[in-house]
Amino acid sequence: MEIRNFTLNFGPQHPAAHGVLRLVLEMDGEVIERADPHVGLLHRATEKLAEQRHWVQSLPYMDRLDYVSMMCNEHGYVLAMERLLGIEVPERAQYIRVMFDEITRILNHLLWLGSHALDVGAMTMFLYCFREREDLMDCYEAVSGARMHAAYYRPGGVYRDLPETMPQYQTSKWHDEAQVHESNQNRRGSLLDFIEDFTNRFPGYVDDYETLLTDNRIWKQRTVGIGVVSPERALQLGFSGPMLRGSGIAWDLRKKQPYEVYDRLAFDIPVGTNGDSYDRYLVRIEEMRQSNRIIKQCIAWLRKNPGPVISGDHKVAPPPRADVKADMESLIHHFKLMSEGIGMPEGEAYAAVEHPKGEFGIYIVSDGANKPYRLKIRAPGFAHLSALDEMVRGHMLADVVAVIGTQDIVFGEIDR
Amino acid sequence: MNSMFRFLKSLFLLELFGGMRVTGRHFWRKKITLHYPEERAPVSPRFRALHAQRRYANGEERCIACKLCEVVCPAMAITIESAQREDGSRRTTRYEIDLTKCIFCGFCEESCPVDSIVETHVYEYHGESRDELLMTKEKLLAVGDKYEAQIAAARAQDAKYR
Repeated sequence: MEIRNFTLNFGPQHPAAHGVLRLVLEMDGEVIERADPHVGLLHRATEKLAEQRHWVQSLPYMDRLDYVSMMCNEHGYVLAMERLLGIEVPERAQYIRVMFDEITRILNHLLWLGSHALDVGAMTMFLYCFREREDLMDCYEAVSGARMHAAYYRPGGVYRDLPETMPQYQTSKWHDEAQVHESNQNRRGSLLDFIEDFTNRFPGYVDDYETLLTDNRIWKQRTVGIGVVSPERALQLGFSGPMLRGSGIAWDLRKKQPYEVYDRLAFDIPVGTNGDSYDRYLVRIEEMRQSNRIIKQCIAWLRKNPGPVISGDHKVAPPPRADVKADMESLIHHFKLMSEGIGMPEGEAYAAVEHPKGEFGIYIVSDGANKPYRLKIRAPGFAHLSALDEMVRGHMLADVVAVIGTQDIVFGEIDR
Repeated sequence: MNSMFRFLKSLFLLELFGGMRVTGRHFWRKKITLHYPEERAPVSPRFRALHAQRRYANGEERCIACKLCEVVCPAMAITIESAQREDGSRRTTRYEIDLTKCIFCGFCEESCPVDSIVETHVYEYHGESRDELLMTKEKLLAVGDKYEAQIAAARAQDAKYR
């Protein structure tokens, strides 16, 4: 008797589908014969919308692409604009950007670790990771005013300098003076003090995660040998970021094509050997430690070097608020920039950043107008998702979840 | 020798007990959760939430209908109509922010030359219909009047960075 293959719909409402992934799985019993990802359920036409908005107006929409690594997306966009404009960014702004890129990397990897572990069955990880994310979200909020969709980077620098004070907890009927005093311990100084305190605590937290997972037999059974990608195949499939490094290829844009001040910072690139889910987990864990190291170096530099955080070229960056109120020329610049936007020279530019998920690239074509003629977003997740079929073929149904987890898929950027 | 060691480690579930130690330690740690409605997480002075329209100390509304926020708004959530008032000054006759469109990027506040449109720290608002989430001029001014102390304090604190 011939047994017909069973077709299973996975998602889009499945919590392990990480958003709105719809997978049509062709199964032989519990073994996957073919996985067919259906994308487009979160399509918002960001690229097309950008053609109707002047350059800076599209910036908040970049946050919403990969909505767990917001500032890295912005970074790709402003970098592309800066390349086309050919402007200098103040050094302090570059360090601030690098610091927040790395904070974003930790944010992203924490969410990835928490949700990946939750998918595989380790609930505690999720709670611990979100506890640390809370501190980093506070950094985001302190600097930009939003906990996620920051809209903080600007062509020519960043919007505002780092604040000197941190908001504090207040007493309530649940927490008295002494308890509040203790929770405010790391909030007495500036934002840099707050971040430094976090970087001192963070390696200990990563040790905790590793104690819970790295040697754990259940974790290893679920990840070792699952979704193996050979180095050659990873290159052919257009992988980037931890997916590529997990397969053993030491490719990192921060080292290979250094942007901002990465060439002045000391950090290592972790590389896997087997190209399975477990190696990619180890790579990401080590990346968090390296990000921590970069943040520490940035803090040390930023403490010693105060200065402007945005370009003084008022054809690109709006003048400071005090000038707008006092000086006619500044007011005109302000009005021109807010209403008409930046006048971009004709041409095209591509800028890629090492996003937590891989190479996030922005390709812009300008016809000399105040809005892009064409904006193309190179989302790393898209290349990874297209390899899903190959990665899960022959595995069990439960491994699909582990592979989706290891790919670190976010639909904001895949569907755009 | 090595495989023997590994076998014993595996037999006695050492890594699982190691994990239990971590969770056990956390179990006895001080809780970091807040009892939300009674207490809140601290809010940065730069926080961006519900919009408000401000007035000058003499009660005159700040907005001069320059329409810069309308044009800078990436989501096109702001609608403004203006007319000349009896005393000859230019004011808005209609100022609406559609909160269902707004993406809270803060560009309106950034663009406003007279610090009229601002984003307050009020993050607990709701509406049961689109109408309720359409902030009219009256609603915006009411929010501004109610939270003026907080708005002014946050602006003063952040003034040197902008």
